[in-house]
Amino acid sequence: MSAYLRIDHVGKTFRRGSQETEVLTDITVGVERGEYVSIIGHSGCGKSTLLNIVAGLMSVSQGAVLLENREVNEPGPDRAVVFQNHSLLPWLTVYDNVRLAVDKVFGATKSRKERHAWTVHNLELVQMGHAKDKRPGEISGGMKQRVGLARALAMEPKVLLLDEPFGALDALTRAHLQDSVMAIHQKLGNTVLMITHDVDEAVLLSDHIVMMTNGPAARIGEVLHVPLARPRKRLELVADSTYIKCRQRVIEFLYARHKTPQLLAAE
Amino acid sequence: MNVTVLKAETARAVPLTPAAVVRFQPPKPNLLTARILPALSMAAARVLPPLIMLALILVVWELLCSKPTATLPAPTKIWKEAYDLIVDPFFVAGPQDIGLGWRVLTSLQRVAIGYGFAGIIGIALGTIIGQSVWAMRGLDPIFQVLRTISPLAWLPISLAAFRDSQPSAIFVIFITSVWPIIINTAVGIRNIPQDYRNVALVLRLNHFEFFTKIMIPAAAPYIFTGLRIGIGLSWLAIVAAEMLTGGVGIGFFIWDAWNSSRLSDIVVALAYIGGIGFVLDRIVAMVATVVTRGTAAN
Repeated sequence: MSAYLRIDHVGKTFRRGSQETEVLTDITVGVERGEYVSIIGHSGCGKSTLLNIVAGLMSVSQGAVLLENREVNEPGPDRAVVFQNHSLLPWLTVYDNVRLAVDKVFGATKSRKERHAWTVHNLELVQMGHAKDKRPGEISGGMKQRVGLARALAMEPKVLLLDEPFGALDALTRAHLQDSVMAIHQKLGNTVLMITHDVDEAVLLSDHIVMMTNGPAARIGEVLHVPLARPRKRLELVADSTYIKCRQRVIEFLYARHKTPQLLAAE
Repeated sequence: MNVTVLKAETARAVPLTPAAVVRFQPPKPNLLTARILPALSMAAARVLPPLIMLALILVVWELLCSKPTATLPAPTKIWKEAYDLIVDPFFVAGPQDIGLGWRVLTSLQRVAIGYGFAGIIGIALGTIIGQSVWAMRGLDPIFQVLRTISPLAWLPISLAAFRDSQPSAIFVIFITSVWPIIINTAVGIRNIPQDYRNVALVLRLNHFEFFTKIMIPAAAPYIFTGLRIGIGLSWLAIVAAEMLTGGVGIGFFIWDAWNSSRLSDIVVALAYIGGIGFVLDRIVAMVATVVTRGTAAN
């Protein structure tokens, strides 16, 4: 069997002069179509490196990334990224930021009118239609992240890559945005790969949680299936036994068993 | 003490009853007191100090140069001797006897051509150097040496190459103002955040789209810093270049006035040069604030 998106025995080694740093070792993850998969680990363990490899922004040292059984090794709109710091172009309005992506991806297949409608549609989807003529400098951090999400969704990617998309936001804004992402995932059935370091976020949003050991030479420590039915409600889940158990599992891994297996054996 | 308290109480008591009348009045005085007066006082706070300083300088100058043995003309003497130059910038009394406005325009035309070329070529070269590590390694040291050469040192070379004074003067403007534009553009391009590059990569922007949609807007603040330094330098260089090449410009006017000992005319010309230089700098700065509005917000 082969998954929709397959990260197949991927390893990454950085070379600086004669010095070699192994960041990722033998990472294998499969993401099915429509699935929401989170990668969690301590900072510096190479999560972002892994996401950049899937996005095609970095090359692999070993292994390969396969999307629909075809190797991907350069960036493209079929794997749209929502960057941690939004990465909106500050000289363009909210609308133009999304329109740039729409024009680039659908320039040949959609008419000018359709592209306009599609841009507005995606801004409405993230509830940002009201601010379409503002510049990124004039809207809040949470709103910027929404626009970043709209830009990524507008590309109609096969896989949506989220690089700690809520990391820089305050807790309330973050919860609000998580709900939006859940609703959009429910509605559109996107395949999502998300990087996070927030346990609650991972359990709440994901179907599978991939837990990574600490670097250097980080590998996959454990993959946890989250058997919670959708749509999920934040309030109801707080007391849900499955939710609590999953949460416990992840925290236990992150704080007790996060070291590399070799080091654990030596202890 | 008692008396003042009583006075205050009566004064306070009076306006309480006709309060309804007061309410009808506000619109008119509002415009004057809330808009015009503060604006005037703001303008006065900006304009008055330099005017007072200027007056002080003129008075000191007048005192220092009023002796009969003074080597430089006093302001009153300048006013008398160069009256026609000061009052009418655009008179034409003969082929070489024209107002300073005409001369400045001729100089500005040369600057416009030379600076225009410097802008286009400077941004283009700066982009290449900022984008390519090898172009930077190869060209940057050469540029760093070339940019220290005085504008006038280029003049003989350009005279020899072009065999005419007009293109030579323009070349000197170009070669003076191009370096800061190249260097600042290169720094701006090199400092484009990796995030924007990643966006371009994910969107698969081609080179042309990347240049127009990401590089130029992202580097605009740096480019305009270069352009602003460049316009200042080119205005500095034109005067020197025209002194040597001759013709109609403001630079040659100063040289000509010196040769015929018209010191007052020179002082007036200096005031013109300073004023025009200031205006040029303001214009580029204004264009910069308009163009880089979005970029600066981040």
